[in-house]
Amino acid sequence: MKNIDIKVLEEKFQKKIDQDIKIEPNDWMPDDYRITLIRQISQHAHSEVVGMLPEGNWITRAPNLRRKAVLLAKVQDEAGHGLYLYCAAETLGADREETIDDLHSGKAKYSSIFNYPTLTWADMGAIGWLVDGAAIMNQVPLCRCSYGPYARAMVRVCKEESFHQRQGFEIMTKLSNGSQEQKDMAQDALNRFWWPALMMFGPNDAESKHTAQSMNWKIKRHTNDELRQQFVDVTVPQAEILGLTIPDKDLKWNEKKKGYDFGKINWDEFWQVVGGNGPCNKERVDARRKAKEDGKWVIEAAMAFANKRSAKKSA
Amino acid sequence: MTKNNQDWPLWEVFIRSKQGLNHKHVGSLRAADSSMAIENARDVYTRRMEGISIWVIPSNLITASDPAEEESMFEPATSKVYRHPTFYDVPDGISHM
Repeated sequence: MKNIDIKVLEEKFQKKIDQDIKIEPNDWMPDDYRITLIRQISQHAHSEVVGMLPEGNWITRAPNLRRKAVLLAKVQDEAGHGLYLYCAAETLGADREETIDDLHSGKAKYSSIFNYPTLTWADMGAIGWLVDGAAIMNQVPLCRCSYGPYARAMVRVCKEESFHQRQGFEIMTKLSNGSQEQKDMAQDALNRFWWPALMMFGPNDAESKHTAQSMNWKIKRHTNDELRQQFVDVTVPQAEILGLTIPDKDLKWNEKKKGYDFGKINWDEFWQVVGGNGPCNKERVDARRKAKEDGKWVIEAAMAFANKRSAKKSA
Repeated sequence: MTKNNQDWPLWEVFIRSKQGLNHKHVGSLRAADSSMAIENARDVYTRRMEGISIWVIPSNLITASDPAEEESMFEPATSKVYRHPTFYDVPDGISHM
């Protein structure tokens, strides 16, 4: 296509975005818009799928049947969320198996939070409360994302996600009203997950290389720092209700900005974890790779069976 | 991995949320055959009583209109405003029309 034609198409495209008209799969879109979305949606999908691992770790050891049923339902939801998102990526022409192979080879990233271990039952509470809480804060604006299939997937995800956060907070409430040992366990989980939860919103705005373009395309509606601030502001009072202490000595209410000031995030740790050197990176990717390899025969057998059956039908 | 005939085909899923309403497109999934597609659709798209009936269809069987031809395709509808009741003047005092 001639450069002049592309320029006209790009202008038309941006005009649609500016008028809040959704982009649908067969519409013309700039290559970079497509590439950005495929990267973001597939990494989001990987996060949902890898996110099943830290929680799956506790299904067999949930303290009672109710907790076990809830945790199972939650982990099943995460699998569904992964599926909605892989499907959304496929509408952009991404090959699902290729995107999954990119996860396994380390080329594609996923949310760094899932590279932290889940050491006690209280971690199930902290993850639901903080990690799902942060995820909801990230995902609610994505329901208005300019790309139709992604926005629609996020509407479904957000509807389901709200029970996840509540079940986590319920676990934290129970523990922080329990024995001293249980309280300590809840505090310990908060201590370990607080900072990684803040890191979930990504680098500071000044360091975030994709933010400006993504906001212009209305893929992103708020900057990383805006969302992080919002998360801190709603979460601190919740910790107070639990009677737990946020592990940040610099945390204090700032009357002028009507929000909390908080301490400096350890970005070295963030980049180490993103770069593959977190406590569980290897374990997580190995588990995914093993699942694909060990499950390969099931995929093949189901396909062989389906082919045989349709051959019989047409014979 | 390259595309091969071992990959499960893609299916589009339509759900009737309750008796009396149309089936509505809700998303897609991969499955080896139609009965697996129905089962997977139940597990993925109706875990919270979202539906009472499911249709699945292989995605490659759908023929779609071309968004680039949107204008020529749908313009005749916009220019024929006389197809809408609001186009017509009704004298004052006339009711039930």
